[in-house]
Amino acid sequence: MSIDFGAGGKDLELVGLRKEFPGFVAVENLDLKVPAGQFFALLGPSGCGKTTTLRMIAGLENPTSGKILIGGKDVIDLKPHERPVNTVFQNYALFPHMSVIENVAFGLRQRKVDDPMVKAQAALDMVELGHMAERRPAQLSGGQQQRVALARALVNRPALLLLDEPLGALDLKLRRQMQIELKYIQMEVGLTFLHVTHDQEEAMDMADIVAVMNKGQIEQMGAPEKLYDRPKTAFVAKFLGQSNIFVGEVSETNSEAVSINFKGNKITAPVARSEKTTGKIAIGVRPEKTQFHATKPEATSTNNVLGPGEITDIRFTGVSNQYLIDIPEIGEIIVFAQNVGKSPVVELGAQVWVSWQVEHSFGLADLPTGKEDA
Amino acid sequence: MAFVALGGSTAAKKQAPKKAGRVALLLLLPGIAYLGLFFLTPLFSLILTSLKTPSASGDIGRYDYAVEFGNYLFAVEQYMPQILRSFMFALIATVVALAISYPLAYFIAVKARNKPLLKGLLLTLVIAPFFISMLLRTFAWKQIFSNDSWIVNTLKSFGIFGTDSYIIGTDFAVIFGLVYNFIPFMTLPIFSNLDRLDLRLLEASGDLYANPITTFRKITFPLSLPGVISGTLLTFIPISGDYVVASRDFLGGPDTAMIGNVVEANFLRIQDYPTASALSVLLMAAIVILVSAYVRRSGTDDLL
Repeated sequence: MSIDFGAGGKDLELVGLRKEFPGFVAVENLDLKVPAGQFFALLGPSGCGKTTTLRMIAGLENPTSGKILIGGKDVIDLKPHERPVNTVFQNYALFPHMSVIENVAFGLRQRKVDDPMVKAQAALDMVELGHMAERRPAQLSGGQQQRVALARALVNRPALLLLDEPLGALDLKLRRQMQIELKYIQMEVGLTFLHVTHDQEEAMDMADIVAVMNKGQIEQMGAPEKLYDRPKTAFVAKFLGQSNIFVGEVSETNSEAVSINFKGNKITAPVARSEKTTGKIAIGVRPEKTQFHATKPEATSTNNVLGPGEITDIRFTGVSNQYLIDIPEIGEIIVFAQNVGKSPVVELGAQVWVSWQVEHSFGLADLPTGKEDA
Repeated sequence: MAFVALGGSTAAKKQAPKKAGRVALLLLLPGIAYLGLFFLTPLFSLILTSLKTPSASGDIGRYDYAVEFGNYLFAVEQYMPQILRSFMFALIATVVALAISYPLAYFIAVKARNKPLLKGLLLTLVIAPFFISMLLRTFAWKQIFSNDSWIVNTLKSFGIFGTDSYIIGTDFAVIFGLVYNFIPFMTLPIFSNLDRLDLRLLEASGDLYANPITTFRKITFPLSLPGVISGTLLTFIPISGDYVVASRDFLGGPDTAMIGNVVEANFLRIQDYPTASALSVLLMAAIVILVSAYVRRSGTDDLL
């Protein structure tokens, strides 16, 4: 048995990967390419198949069909212990009967690497737990255990590091701190990280590339800022941040813009930012791209105006206020306004108009089903 | 895990008012009284008896109080083969029972973990023998292994056995009976330990390049040691003192007597009470020494 370990990370390619369990399909013909040295996040709600995908890559689950290529080599027939991957498990899975340093040295000993203890100590120092080497895992806090699990995986310099919601059990503050550390370590060691999470903030914060997964399929993949700016499906628009989405028949279209008739109102999006320009389509806008006005703004070719409506809810979140505006016949619109002293002072029940720049609209490929938030 | 439990209880003790201490003592009283009456008193009487000398009157079965340590020397000299045989049988039977029970317990606890029906059925099969008296079961084996039984006849007809060969009364029959009787005592503690084994640890081990054999050696087995220790103690100790299986009325013969049989014979037939008592005390002392050395050596303090 010889495992091929690269000096740095290797690329990962999934080709037509599929996993069926009795009664349902967990992963449906997944095609994915993770370039070497990238921090890649697989983002999706629980039950979307992301953990199953990760377990198939680790070899803990056998795919029904498809290929898994690591550095161009198909690893489908390799047992978990023969694959050049390491996993940071959701519950850490540290060996309770071994000291922290023995946990970290475990993989090195299996591969008969020279000076396992020296390397394990160095890995523990990297996660700033060098002084805890002789303790048992049960004597560490959750955050410390998490870092031991990370050191135990990283010390092997795997071609691919898999992270299965490793920050899920930590409290918010520690999670933010670990996100920064994890990102820093990834850049330092240059390994390929595949991070599975349901926390969209975590994914956008850390990953170079985010793939949003839903019902066993990848909905959209790309850089976090691109994904956020131009979601292509209603699911991505709702799962990655919040969106106001309007559905209507296309009423006007030219080379620049496409407009829909939304319950008597004209809503326009740039053609370049739309997936579809015919029939019934959905146009969305992010809440922080919208403004509200005490007087009706003039509708032009560069903005969309809706209203008037009543403010039914105001939520103070610190840096911004979140307003819920109920417009008769149209429904509820969410508006985020930064607390920088520029937005008009409004109270619950005030009558306002909502507007946004056409260039901020995005046209979706599908229509919302109303279940995206579930 | 033990330190957590201990830490908790000492903390609770500190906080508890004195009244609670009195209640605890009251609750302990029946247990202490029971042990005092039925364990310490006989033990004391046993030690006294073991030091007695034959009555001056010369009557058989009558003894006077004395401090005759020679009884111990006599017991050891006279019954060394039986003493050694007891521990040898107990050791072999324990090892064989472990070899049978561990895979069985592993299968029930790990492989059948998500199959409640199979798991329940297998557990019932392990426990089912308890529903019938141990004497009856052992006697049944005597029938099965008896000289005209189909097993012996079949072995003879295939030429594996000579015409005058037999099973009853051999070391094999006794060890077989011991193993059979004590398998549940070995299986259940190991099962209850493996049932709690976190399978994700095995996945983590595989993920860290350990093959299944190494994973068993380094993860599964060390984590199951508390169960193995309990199981081996629950089999080794009673087997060392067992006097049923090895007796001539059951699976034993003239050359298979263990300490239990010797003690029984001395007490009930020869009426040599001091020797019987001395043997009992020796057996107890030997077990205490062996077991404490074993538990200490296995170093499971932080696992128990």
